[in-house]
Amino acid sequence: MKAMSRRALITSGLAAAGVAGLATANRIAGKHGLIPPDCRGIYGPGETLTYAAHRLLTRDAMAREFPRSMISNNPFANEVAPPSEQFKKLQAGGFNDWKLTVDGLVAHPMTLSLADLRSMPTHSQITEVVCEEGWSYVAEWIGTPLSGVLREAGVLPQARYLKYFSIQPEWSDSIDIGDAHHPQTFLTMGMNDGDLPVGFGGPLRLRVPRQLGYKSVKYITRITATDSMKFQGDYAWFAGI
Amino acid sequence: MESPRHSALVRVTHWLTVISFVALLVTGLEIVISHPRFYWGETGNVNMKPLFTIPIPSSRDTVPTGYGYVMPDQNGWSRYLHFESAWVLVLTGIVYALASLLNGHFRRNLVPARGERTLGAHWQRMRQYLGRRAPGPDESHSYNVLQRTTYLFVIFVLFPVVIWTGLALSPSFNAAFPWGVNLLGGRQTARTLHFFVTWALVLFFMVHIAMIAVSGFWKRMRGMTTGRAESAEPEAAAKELA
Repeated sequence: MKAMSRRALITSGLAAAGVAGLATANRIAGKHGLIPPDCRGIYGPGETLTYAAHRLLTRDAMAREFPRSMISNNPFANEVAPPSEQFKKLQAGGFNDWKLTVDGLVAHPMTLSLADLRSMPTHSQITEVVCEEGWSYVAEWIGTPLSGVLREAGVLPQARYLKYFSIQPEWSDSIDIGDAHHPQTFLTMGMNDGDLPVGFGGPLRLRVPRQLGYKSVKYITRITATDSMKFQGDYAWFAGI
Repeated sequence: MESPRHSALVRVTHWLTVISFVALLVTGLEIVISHPRFYWGETGNVNMKPLFTIPIPSSRDTVPTGYGYVMPDQNGWSRYLHFESAWVLVLTGIVYALASLLNGHFRRNLVPARGERTLGAHWQRMRQYLGRRAPGPDESHSYNVLQRTTYLFVIFVLFPVVIWTGLALSPSFNAAFPWGVNLLGGRQTARTLHFFVTWALVLFFMVHIAMIAVSGFWKRMRGMTTGRAESAEPEAAAKELA
């Protein structure tokens, strides 16, 4: 009897401490940007642990870069929906009229042409595209870091996420502001010393090499800084794993 | 009071491991369907020669399988559940391993006795299994050397390697710890090893269940659930009387 009541006391004490601990952990995690937009539902706890762990472990880490000799001879351009009329029109004009709009929580909303983007500092990285399905390839990606564009637009301090939209209907995604400022997050216009082929996202693809391929949306026409994120989708929002 | 067949810690962590392992297995196989091809090295895709392919239809029409149809895409929830289950498995494993180091469970129940750390001792037990000779009374409260070695191998080799090869598939984790994937010989090698180690775990799982079935399924289930050894069961005692 005595043992049982002691056990009950310890159990309820541990439960109370656990609840209080969880509440505190939740508050701290929220403050430090460790809660993903898809933190609710039955997969919410796992997703929150994954996102928080990756944010704590990989905050400034760089995606692996490879020597030129490892560039894949046979990269695979994943299939996309047939190009929209709008895309075909721009393609006919050699993408000279392609525009990237930068808006949302920025001091100076702006619209950039590909020529504008090319006049910004150009960098290249040899990184792997990793599809959630399991396949991968290594390529050289040439473009301008997104952080430079964000600096020029003057992203406001309250911005927490960056949404980006493809010219293709119903194709957009988002990353946290940390990934948006990451030096390897590129607005990509070239691949393996040439222009970025349409199959691989040309003329403009956002490369997010620390996440799976589905975060690297093709045919980007608009990026928007925002302070909140309503997540809808079948696939996990954070695709670092 | 009689000490339980399995401690509460072993019973709780055992069943949490079973639940998460089954969830990981089902979702893992589901994810494989989206690309049932395996490669060696860093990269691999449908434009490259695979090491081997699994002759099943795929949930992606970009994969040439020879089948005229495409399976439905279930990767969204499968990936969510795979990683959530992986958290349960890893956290359970950490609690189990730390507690078992501290309370002597490993030393007492799993490390083979000094005189039994030989191939001969293992072979002798194997002959007992192969000859289908019933275990002696000493085995109702203790593992034999073959069980001990197998459990230690599963706990300290197979599970750590399956977790390591799984983490090596994460581009973000690889950014923080590039040696994790580089030591394995590349991303696609890690994926192929993840697949093979899974089958090693499945093999253990099947033999484990077969052994339990042979030695009294419900008796063993009771032992791992309530902790009570079979002798405490009234119906067993009644049978013996009859």
